[in-house]
Amino acid sequence: MAASADFETDEGADGVGVRFTGRLTLARLGDLPARLDALGPIRTLDLSDVERIDTVGAWIITRTARAHDAEVTGASEDAQRLLKALADDKSDYRVHRDRRPMWARMLEELGTASVGVWNEFIGIVGFFGAMIVAFITQLRARRRIRWHAIVTRFQTVGVDALPIIGLMSFLIGIVIAQQGAVQLRQFGLEVFTINLVGRASIRELGLLMTAIMVAGRSGSAFAAQIGTMKLTEEVDAMRTIGVSPMEAIVLPRVAASTIIMPLLGFYASLCAIVGGGVFSWIGLDIPPITYIQRLREIIPMTDFWAMLIKAPVFGILVGVTGCYSGMQVRQNAEEVGRRTTSAVVAAIFLVIVLDAFFAVFFSSIGWN
Amino acid sequence: MADEEEQKEIRQELAAADAVRPEKFDIAIRVRGLVNQFGDAVIHDHLDLDVRSGEILGVVGGSGTGKSVLMRSIVGLQTPTAGEIEVYGKSLDTIANEEESRDLRRRWGVMFQGGALFSTLSVAENIQVPLREYYPRLDQALLDEIAAYKVAMVGLPPDAGPKFPAELSGGMVKRAGLARALALDPALLFLDEPTAGLDPIGAAKFDELIRELADTMGLTVFLITHDLDSLYATCDRVAVLAEKKVIAVGTIAELLATEHPWIQDYFNGPRGRAATTSHGRAAHDRTS
Repeated sequence: MAASADFETDEGADGVGVRFTGRLTLARLGDLPARLDALGPIRTLDLSDVERIDTVGAWIITRTARAHDAEVTGASEDAQRLLKALADDKSDYRVHRDRRPMWARMLEELGTASVGVWNEFIGIVGFFGAMIVAFITQLRARRRIRWHAIVTRFQTVGVDALPIIGLMSFLIGIVIAQQGAVQLRQFGLEVFTINLVGRASIRELGLLMTAIMVAGRSGSAFAAQIGTMKLTEEVDAMRTIGVSPMEAIVLPRVAASTIIMPLLGFYASLCAIVGGGVFSWIGLDIPPITYIQRLREIIPMTDFWAMLIKAPVFGILVGVTGCYSGMQVRQNAEEVGRRTTSAVVAAIFLVIVLDAFFAVFFSSIGWN
Repeated sequence: MADEEEQKEIRQELAAADAVRPEKFDIAIRVRGLVNQFGDAVIHDHLDLDVRSGEILGVVGGSGTGKSVLMRSIVGLQTPTAGEIEVYGKSLDTIANEEESRDLRRRWGVMFQGGALFSTLSVAENIQVPLREYYPRLDQALLDEIAAYKVAMVGLPPDAGPKFPAELSGGMVKRAGLARALALDPALLFLDEPTAGLDPIGAAKFDELIRELADTMGLTVFLITHDLDSLYATCDRVAVLAEKKVIAVGTIAELLATEHPWIQDYFNGPRGRAATTSHGRAAHDRTS
């Protein structure tokens, strides 16, 4: 059995003579470097009894010889070749990035993040503008709108989302009705549960939950698809062929999410109302006919219009943030994941902020 | 110095390190009756190949003749339909325990065509990945020194270590990939089209580097290439893949003497002739 790397020492007047034995290889090194470092001034490094040596072993020898200004003797032909290859000074080869003190890095990160958020905002606005310009150019040049691409997205953004959005909204309808009924029962006003479910779902919740779901389902998909296309240089290939990526990739996706959002939002509202109706029927003994009649009395047409006005805006938001994030992907695969996350977060955040603005706006014009 | 448990660990590591002894084998890789089949498409039909220890073997063949599949079969990324593959007398198929297969894997380094560097790690960290995996007890200072000299060995500039793969040029990515393949000082090096996508000057330098490293470190190299200049500049022997088999193995001079139409087309086509003229003498010198 071959021996692991070891050495014997021989104390002399002008330093230690070190005689290595066994195999000076990575696998056999063990704690040899540490023991070697613990020695006093070294005079000679004798390699004549070394069975085998690899670059790591040769590096240890080179390093030690340089540190102690020691002489290397008895190196075999193989060892000499390796030692020669490693002889040049490697001290200017860097391995890590420069490290700054903690406080400087924190400040730097804070600054970078602030600038990043601002740039992101400017970027999204700029991207939105570029998209509008591309749309107008496409119309002006009388180029065919890519209906096929848009309709394909209808399938993935809209039709495929129907089951999950329907189920989610149905359950939310039940939850609102149930929680509302518990509170209203204290005043004997259980019947107002219908008002709560009807107005909340048509005006706010149906669409809001839909927008969040579409941002999570499709906004992320847009970002990941486009990001991957950027990485594989498909987007660049498109540009060189003369196809505008804005026209071919971005516009169909944004158009699809814009057109589909009102439909999905309306569908979600209906599902929530059905959910509320089922609970009212079973839990509150309100028959469906009464439920529907009451809904017709209490939901003003303006609620419906408010939803239809908000929906396309949310659709544009989700589409634009998704496509923008995808287009920002550079360098590596990790970036795709990061950008996808930021697409979803930005879309949901912006949707909720805009929804608040809309709420204030609609009340102030008297749509109560 | 080290406590008892640690010493036991070291002993186990050393015992495992003995399982494969590359220097004892004349034939590094022995492939017998290899069959690879994807659905109805037969890629290899009873292919035989020997790679001798210490040689640089070039593997050539038209596109789709299964050069990469052969390499993937040898390193265990692809389970063959039938046949035997032995690397240093061990076959990944018959190795029962994880220990032994890890020990075998430690003996080879693979450089993929696109470099396959881990994109979220810097070049130095990429080189340290195999080291950390197999020798978790190496201290960081030594790891850094090893990474630094590997970076130097493959001819990367001094500031390449902290860079990320996305910041490197094509040639530098290949060199970094090579550095990672060499991290464990393997006895066996697999290179998949190392010069593809490099400019002629970069490719020539890379050929030189491979030759130099192979001589310095005593490597056995399995080199897949399309590049005739690479063949002439680096390879000791060349294996030709065609008709689902290795149809010929030998020095370029020996191959030129065979009658096979594909080999004749390959070496005596317009590109082949240009390479032959410029390298002919060097190849002749090596074989004589």
